[in-house]
Amino acid sequence: MTGAKVAETKIPPIRNGTVIDHISNGQALNVLKILGVNEQNIDSVISIGMHVPSSKGSMWKDIIKVEDRELDPKTVDKIALIAPDATISIIRDYYIAEKFHVRLEDRIIGLARCSNPYCITNKGEPIDPEFKVEVRSPPKLRCVYCDRILTNISENLL
Amino acid sequence: MDFYDKDLVSIRDLDRAHIEALLDLSEEMIPYARGEKVERMLDGRVLGNLFFEPSTRTKLSFESAACRLGCDVIDVSEISMTSISKGETLADTIRMVDAYCDVIVLRHPHEGAARLAAKFSENPVINAGDGAGSHPTQTLLDLFTMRKSKGSLDGLNVVLVGDLKYGRTVHSLAEALTAFGAKLTLVAPETLQMPDDIYNHLKEKGCNPVKTSVLEDAIDQADVLYVTRIQRERFPDPGEYQKVAGTYKIDNSMLREAKSDMIVMHPLPRVNEIAYEVDSTPHAMYFEQAFNGVPVRMAILRAILRRE
Repeated sequence: MTGAKVAETKIPPIRNGTVIDHISNGQALNVLKILGVNEQNIDSVISIGMHVPSSKGSMWKDIIKVEDRELDPKTVDKIALIAPDATISIIRDYYIAEKFHVRLEDRIIGLARCSNPYCITNKGEPIDPEFKVEVRSPPKLRCVYCDRILTNISENLL
Repeated sequence: MDFYDKDLVSIRDLDRAHIEALLDLSEEMIPYARGEKVERMLDGRVLGNLFFEPSTRTKLSFESAACRLGCDVIDVSEISMTSISKGETLADTIRMVDAYCDVIVLRHPHEGAARLAAKFSENPVINAGDGAGSHPTQTLLDLFTMRKSKGSLDGLNVVLVGDLKYGRTVHSLAEALTAFGAKLTLVAPETLQMPDDIYNHLKEKGCNPVKTSVLEDAIDQADVLYVTRIQRERFPDPGEYQKVAGTYKIDNSMLREAKSDMIVMHPLPRVNEIAYEVDSTPHAMYFEQAFNGVPVRMAILRAILRRE
C-alpha cells in the first residue's frame, strides 16, 4: 500500500498525519483517550468515524485521522491493547508513506495498571505492572504478579 | 525433578509430575517430622521467615520443618518494630532479608507479593500466602493429606465448602486437583462463590465443577469434604460478613449421609464451621492435615536448598 493515494470518502483525506483504521467497533473514544485529546497540548485536527462499514472480517469498524502528528511507539502499543486489529498509516503529502498493523507483544509492561486493587503492583512498589497476553483478540491479559485477569483494559491504561 | 534454587510462588508453577515428586519426598520426611529419626541435612543454612499477616500453623510448621532439618530460622513477626512501619517498600525489605538468609518464606496481605519478592531476591522465595491469592504449600499439604488417606489422588470426588471467593487455599487446591481428574463441587453462598476467572480456568483445564449453595445435595457422594472458614478479615464491608457468617456448620447429624471413609479437611483455624463433636469421628482429618504441614514443608525446603 505504501505510496498509494488514500481513498476514503466518509472522512476527508488529510495531508500529513496518521490514520488509525480498523479500530474495533465502538473503541474510537477509548483510542482518543490514549491520544490525549482532552489535554491542552493537542493543536491538530482529529476526525473520527464510528460504526463505519468495514471491508475486513468484522462488519463495522471505527477510524480516526489525526492531522500533523505521528504516533510514538508507546501510544501505538496502547492502541494495540484495545484495538488489536488496527492499522496505522503515516500520511505525508496525501500519500501513505508507511503502513503497519499494531502489534500486541506477548508481555505487556508498564502500559496498564492491574484492575485488582489488592495487587502488589498497586501498592507503591518500584515495579511496572506486567501482563501476559493469553488471548490476542479481543485481548485477555493476566497479571504476572497477582494472576488475575485484567478487566476493563481501557479504564486501566497508564 | 530439580527444584534446587527454584522459587515456589504458585501451584500453577508445578505440573502433576512436580507435585507427585514433592509428595513422595514428603512421605520420606514423616519419621523426621515426628522426631523418630534425626537428619541435619540443612545444617548451616538460614531461612528468613517474613510474616506480614498473622499465622499460626504455616509459620510454626515452617519453623519446625527448618529446625528438624538443622536449618536456622530468622524472622520478623512484629512488623511495627521494623522499617516497614516507616514506609519501606516490600522490594527493599526483600533485598535486605535476601542478604541475610538462603531462602525466604513470605506471607503478605497483598496479592502478587511473593512474585514481586521472587523478582527482587537472589535466593529462592516460598509463598506462604499472599492475600486472597496463592498458598501453594498449603495446597501441597492438602494434596498430601488426601493421597495419604485415600491412597491416590486420581478421580476423587471433592466438595469445597465455605468462602470460595476470598479463601486462597481453595483456589490453589481446586486448580491442582484438576491435574488429577477430580470431580469438584463448589458449595458457597452466591456472594462467596469461586471467582469467575478461576472457575473458567478450571473449565479450561477440563474440569466441570458443579456450583451449589446447598451442602446437603453434595455430601453423600463426597470422598473429601474440604471446609473453609468465612474470613472476617477479607470482607471490605463488615455488614456483608454478617450476612454470610455461619452459613455452613458440619456436625454429626449432617455426616450421617456421608460415605463411611469420607474425610473432613479444614486448613484451620476454624470458628464454628465444624462442630467439636466431629473431632472424635473417623471423618476428622484436619489435625493430621495440620501435622502434615511439617513433612511437606521439610520436603519443600530440602528440595529447594539441597542439590540432590
